[in-house]
Amino acid sequence: MTTAARRLPREPRPAEVRDANAEFDVHKIRRDFPILRQRVRDRTLVYLDNAATSQKPQVVIDAICRYYERDNANIHRGVHFLSEHATEEYEGARRTVQSFLNAADAGEIIFVRGATEAINLVAQTYGRTNVHAGDEVLITAMEHHSNIVPWQILCEEKGARLRVAPISDSGELLLADFANLLGPRTKIVAVTHVSNALGTITPVQRIIEMAHRWNIPVLVDGAQAVPHLKVDVQAPECDFYVFSGHKVYGPTGIGVLYGKSALLDAMPPYQGGGDMISSVTFEKTIYNKLPYKFEAGTPHVAGAIGLGAALEYVNGLGTDSIAAHEHELLAYATETVSAIPGIRLIGTAKEKAGVLSFLLDSIHPHDIGTILDQEGIAIRTGHHCAQPVMQRFGIAAAARASFALYNTREEVDALVEGIQKVREVFA
Amino acid sequence: MPDLRELYQEVILEHSKAPRNYRELATANHRAEGYNPLCGDHFTVYLDLEGDSIREISFQGSGCAISKASASLMTQSVKGKTRAEAARLFDQFHKLVTGQSPANGNRSELGKLAVFSGVSEFPVRVKCATLAWHTLHAALQGKQQTVSTE
Repeated sequence: MTTAARRLPREPRPAEVRDANAEFDVHKIRRDFPILRQRVRDRTLVYLDNAATSQKPQVVIDAICRYYERDNANIHRGVHFLSEHATEEYEGARRTVQSFLNAADAGEIIFVRGATEAINLVAQTYGRTNVHAGDEVLITAMEHHSNIVPWQILCEEKGARLRVAPISDSGELLLADFANLLGPRTKIVAVTHVSNALGTITPVQRIIEMAHRWNIPVLVDGAQAVPHLKVDVQAPECDFYVFSGHKVYGPTGIGVLYGKSALLDAMPPYQGGGDMISSVTFEKTIYNKLPYKFEAGTPHVAGAIGLGAALEYVNGLGTDSIAAHEHELLAYATETVSAIPGIRLIGTAKEKAGVLSFLLDSIHPHDIGTILDQEGIAIRTGHHCAQPVMQRFGIAAAARASFALYNTREEVDALVEGIQKVREVFA
Repeated sequence: MPDLRELYQEVILEHSKAPRNYRELATANHRAEGYNPLCGDHFTVYLDLEGDSIREISFQGSGCAISKASASLMTQSVKGKTRAEAARLFDQFHKLVTGQSPANGNRSELGKLAVFSGVSEFPVRVKCATLAWHTLHAALQGKQQTVSTE
């Protein structure tokens, strides 16, 4: 699933990747993102909070504007020109997502509000049908709250047990412990593909192989992976894969649940309403086919179209080229930031993507964030919606710089200078 | 542009590194916990109330430089004060950090707490500066539950 393996420190890249990257002109690419042109606090904006949300290229902004200026209508029901056109655009976006994930069928692509809603959907439909008292749901110790709480709600309701596979001090999943936690009581495994707090790329291939030996379906939370890695939901064979549009240069309020047709077909609907039915009487309702069974009500049409434009933009640049650029940037940031006295990196897995979490002496991350902000540098500080990860490392919070395709080495240099400034203030 | 030195004044940095009255209070008859769920700052304030006055006060917990220094200076400021005096001080402190305090107004009552005037230029940090005070307020009310800045 991860075609561009990231190993830190830097390794020589294969020739074909280097060639692909010869055309990756980050300074030219930055011009596609209008927000990056502005100055904040009288400084050039250095946006390093991409794991929270990414900025949007002009093509995405234009696609949303064009939809409202030209195509807006409700979909799947009108006989008129605009409705037909809006439906085509919306379904076109679904096919773009399908091809981006290499899903076998467009019906396996369900539009939702984001990764969070996708996980809740699976927990409330697949989970409520298949998880019973005494059963177990298996997650890892590096999940975002969105891949913890929906399962806790389910387990509490059903009298089931949430099991958590531990991670190492470097932030890697302990696969032997994970394997030991799988068993006849395990009804679903839910794991992140890339940790939002640590940057760890998890071994989803191995995880899926192990779980499938027990016939346990696996949900992969790809919110932090899709912006950085080439994803193929058929290799390895994911049962569910979820992501949010806004982290991959698309709009907020739109995301994707991929699920295998056989699983989705067998699941009860999540929400009832219009569009998810094929016929309704007061006695009985027949649900619509996939994917519409899971898309009750008027969906976020503009969002889906914006997401489609974002994925086409990413495809245009090439996921391999993006991965190679970001890999190099993360290696450079890891090298330069860790050279600063007093720095402790949180998350030092061999395979990482996009995230550099750190502590500086005993300075609280909030103070680091405020001082960097005065330099125009945006990072995230706090628990990153992964409080159990913070607890695992015995800390209350961390500072996190996270990278996107448009970040540069100069911006990493600015981060390093900013951290030096923090040290001066607290000297 | 707000000046970082206005926010991170020497007194604040010094108190954050070596907070005063930083301990559990064995004689405490009131206590409360304060929590900022956004950043994870977490403090416990211990009070030894004798009648209406604060005979002894201490705190423990973790947080940023602003929240910790604020808790430390707060314990120094309210020790020996009555409930009403502490409440009045909180009110003035709150006005100071939210920029509602007249620039050339009389801040003498605030004493050392005036070092937090720079916070008003950093609105997202107001919660840091006031967390300990909200916790003190809860302790004075005799509330047992955790107070939250949210």
